[in-house]
Amino acid sequence: MAIKVEHEMHERRRGRNRGVGLVLLGLVGIVFGLTVVKVLNLEEIKQFERFDHVARPQIEPAAIEAAADRNAAAEEGVSE
Amino acid sequence: MTDATIQTQAQDEAQFGDYFALLKPRVMSLVVFTAFVGMIVAPVGVHPFIGFVSILCIAVGAGASGALNMWWDADIDAVMRRTAKRPIPAGKVEPQEALALGLALSGFSVVLLWLAANALSAALLAFTIFFYAVIYSMWLKRATPQNIVIGGAAGAFPPMIGWAVMTGGVSLESILMFALIFMWTPPHFWALALFVKTDYGDAGVPMLTETHGRKSTRLHVWGYTLLLAPVAVGIAFTSIGGWFYLAVSLLLNARFLYGAWLVWNRDEGASEADEYATEKWLFRISLSYLFLHFGALLVEAALRAYGIGGW
Repeated sequence: MAIKVEHEMHERRRGRNRGVGLVLLGLVGIVFGLTVVKVLNLEEIKQFERFDHVARPQIEPAAIEAAADRNAAAEEGVSE
Repeated sequence: MTDATIQTQAQDEAQFGDYFALLKPRVMSLVVFTAFVGMIVAPVGVHPFIGFVSILCIAVGAGASGALNMWWDADIDAVMRRTAKRPIPAGKVEPQEALALGLALSGFSVVLLWLAANALSAALLAFTIFFYAVIYSMWLKRATPQNIVIGGAAGAFPPMIGWAVMTGGVSLESILMFALIFMWTPPHFWALALFVKTDYGDAGVPMLTETHGRKSTRLHVWGYTLLLAPVAVGIAFTSIGGWFYLAVSLLLNARFLYGAWLVWNRDEGASEADEYATEKWLFRISLSYLFLHFGALLVEAALRAYGIGGW
């Protein structure tokens, strides 16, 4: 004897459930698409590293300034 | 519960389309068009996908306010013929479902617009929803015959939001696009009210035709059209206008002013004799009036892309 899994209510609500499914899929697509576009449009891809939830001392403002100073000093040394 | 009641419930069960109908799709189409124009005419651009998502958010936000409006107005919708078949009075959707859908979509659309575009456009969308659902639907609609004037502001925000998506700001151009729809709404709606036998009175909604009479309504149509014309033509002299828009706007305003003047000078006897032909004509041209103004702005943007638009 076949087990009837399908309830009449499932049949009746099929269109509605499909609609909700499509809306949710669309939402996933939108969030994914926005993520791709936002990341690819970053002026400097290193900015993305700020959102990787890992402490990165080298991208702290003080470290960036220190690195810039070192580079400037090195360039001055070269030009002299 | 009998078989008959089960059968009835099954037949009345809401389908996906009933929930979609809560979002007032026809209003959404106007919102999408004007928001799109507001974005296209802006001097700066965004990535097309961000533009697409932004328009979607604006449309869904407008739809959410429509659902909230249907939740609040379910009692008067049931009384009026035009609205009696809406999902709530028809018994297909529970009022609480409409409230939940409206609130959820409001939150989603505002937050997503914030993430996709910027905070200002999201704030403007949130205010638009609040304005339509609370200020118009809850406070003013049943309180004053000027309800349609103030409610028109809710429909006027989309191009301003579209502009804010692109530029992150508000400017003279976006304010004038807002003003164009805001000033257009009263003559458009009151022209309709003059020839459609409404049952707003039965529903306890004060409409100008019933509170101040039809003669006063005709005067209001003429007065608001006079105020509308300089706003519409004035856009031609901003950065989004140009000679093409000016020519189109002058023609459209001359025609609209002529129609409003005719409506103002008619009496009820003449109108009834020709079954409100002039009032119906004014209503029809009011539809094309708004569409063609925004269409002309689109043409101007396209001409500018080829270096021949503007002044």
